[in-house]
Amino acid sequence: MSEDTPIAVTGLNHWFGTGEARKQAIFDVNLQVKRGSLTTLMGPSGSGKTTLLTLMGCLRDVQDGSVILLGHELNGADRTLNEALRRRLGFIFQAHNLHDSLTALQNVLMGLQVHGPTDRQAQYGAARHALSLVGLADRMDYLPANLSGGQKQRVAVARALVGNPDVVLADEPTAALDRESGMGVVRMLKKLGAARGTTTVMVTHDNRILELADRIVTLEDGRIVRDHAQPPD
Amino acid sequence: MSGLLQWLFGRLPIGWLQLTHSRPRFAAALAGVAFANVLVFVQIGIMNSMATATLKPYGFFQSDIMISASDANSLSEGGNVARQWLFQALADPEVISGTGLFIATVNWARAPSSLALTTYGIDPTLRQFLSPELARKSASLQLPNSGILDMFSRGLPRDEAAAIRPQTPTSFEAAGTTLTLYDTFQGGGGFGVDGYLLVSDQTFLTLFPKRSSAAPNHIILQVARGADADAVAARLREAITDKSLRIRSFAQAAAEDQSYQQTQRPTGIIFGFGVIIGLLVGVVIVYQVLSTDVADHLSEYATFKAMGYPQSFFLGIVLEEALILAVLGFVPGFLVASGLLVGMKAATGLPLAMTAGMAVIVFIGTLVACSVSGAIATRRLALADPADLF
Repeated sequence: MSEDTPIAVTGLNHWFGTGEARKQAIFDVNLQVKRGSLTTLMGPSGSGKTTLLTLMGCLRDVQDGSVILLGHELNGADRTLNEALRRRLGFIFQAHNLHDSLTALQNVLMGLQVHGPTDRQAQYGAARHALSLVGLADRMDYLPANLSGGQKQRVAVARALVGNPDVVLADEPTAALDRESGMGVVRMLKKLGAARGTTTVMVTHDNRILELADRIVTLEDGRIVRDHAQPPD
Repeated sequence: MSGLLQWLFGRLPIGWLQLTHSRPRFAAALAGVAFANVLVFVQIGIMNSMATATLKPYGFFQSDIMISASDANSLSEGGNVARQWLFQALADPEVISGTGLFIATVNWARAPSSLALTTYGIDPTLRQFLSPELARKSASLQLPNSGILDMFSRGLPRDEAAAIRPQTPTSFEAAGTTLTLYDTFQGGGGFGVDGYLLVSDQTFLTLFPKRSSAAPNHIILQVARGADADAVAARLREAITDKSLRIRSFAQAAAEDQSYQQTQRPTGIIFGFGVIIGLLVGVVIVYQVLSTDVADHLSEYATFKAMGYPQSFFLGIVLEEALILAVLGFVPGFLVASGLLVGMKAATGLPLAMTAGMAVIVFIGTLVACSVSGAIATRRLALADPADLF
């Protein structure tokens, strides 16, 4: 199952707060994500799509139901397993969250060094290559403060992809990019899916990229209200 | 530096890069650590000088056993000892000689201020009880009302001290007696005294007519070659019927005096607290720097957590920063403190000096203090929740 379905969500419920303030954010969500696919999560603010993304990325503890990520049950998973699984994921955040004291190249290197000390030359080569792919070959030694918003986001994309993750979880990755750059990033994710089998789940409000998605899942009030698979190109 | 640290850690030296990202903040942090180092160095330097000054007069004499009054916590404190116990001690087969040691303070009235000289009175014919330097110069002490002066006495100009020679003696009046100084020796002022003066026991009794030759401050003894001073002292404690007397080896008396000065006298306690306060200041400064740094980078740390970096990685960054601050803050602290100690020595005449031992102790203390601060600061890392990034 994990080979073809890196993410399997079954009967997932999630609450925030405690006591009388306790509020349910996710209601009995079921979702199977195929390997190599590009799935977009859509819906209005507060619909639960980001919560679902963080639960699939083992950034929150699963309270009720089941999330199987890369063959491992996340309900009851300990910190060590969570950390090990996160190393197989690539996160792209809406706020790029680059380290302000590291250059673009060093920020991308952080996506590799999480796997432990390996050949330093190879790491630098891979990081340079990743930056070249996002069009920042001439900005490698720039600090984030000297990059534009779009350039920072592209560094964050390179950081997420440089370690060849099995799954990419992205939250509004194109929000800070112009149309051309945004489409470029999504095309790259799509290409990775085809070439390496990288699975992408992306939260977005950007209608421009829907045409590239394999599947569009829409949430409202914590429930999946539409699940639309698009025909292959 | 960055390349060296990367080679050492096998990863990007994030701590170093974070610290040096803001140069003014980094400089302020280093200044804080250096300041704490200076505080500790100066306090330890003063404590060491107190120990040196305490032990200094013990070096003027050569003795194996000292008999003192029960309240004689230091060489110059406490009551007198009846000379009769000297004769009883000499009855021990391994005690080969003994003498009384008289101690009091003589004031040498000079303009603009007088010198307070701790004065030792001893039988000058028993040269074996004097240090080699004093024994060599003790012949003049057999002259009435003569003395040998500490050449490093605080307030005594060096050229004036150098001019005091047997051929060119100098005199001053103390307690109604004209005392003539025929030579000098190497002493050095302490915390409660400007310098030292050595006179014969007869001159001492002239200077202090209320004192009795039958009641010296201490009795000092020498034992036969190869005899165990501690064993002889134990035997004397059994033999001497006045059980209130303190009968110790000379080395033990010196050690107990030093301990007394450091742990029971107000000056020692104050300087001891000074060391602790310096360490605490260092811990607080480094904690403040590191915890602010962690707070400023919470979202980046949360990102690293999301990427799968383990807790040990974050502890490593904070400890890396702590150790960098410790090492780089120590260097200016050491240099400034060395200069201060030299200046203080020149101003006070106290035996203040930077030693290798002090440097090693303070460096290790700095590493430990910074590591403790780093360990406390890592508690804020728990606030870095990767789920908050979305």
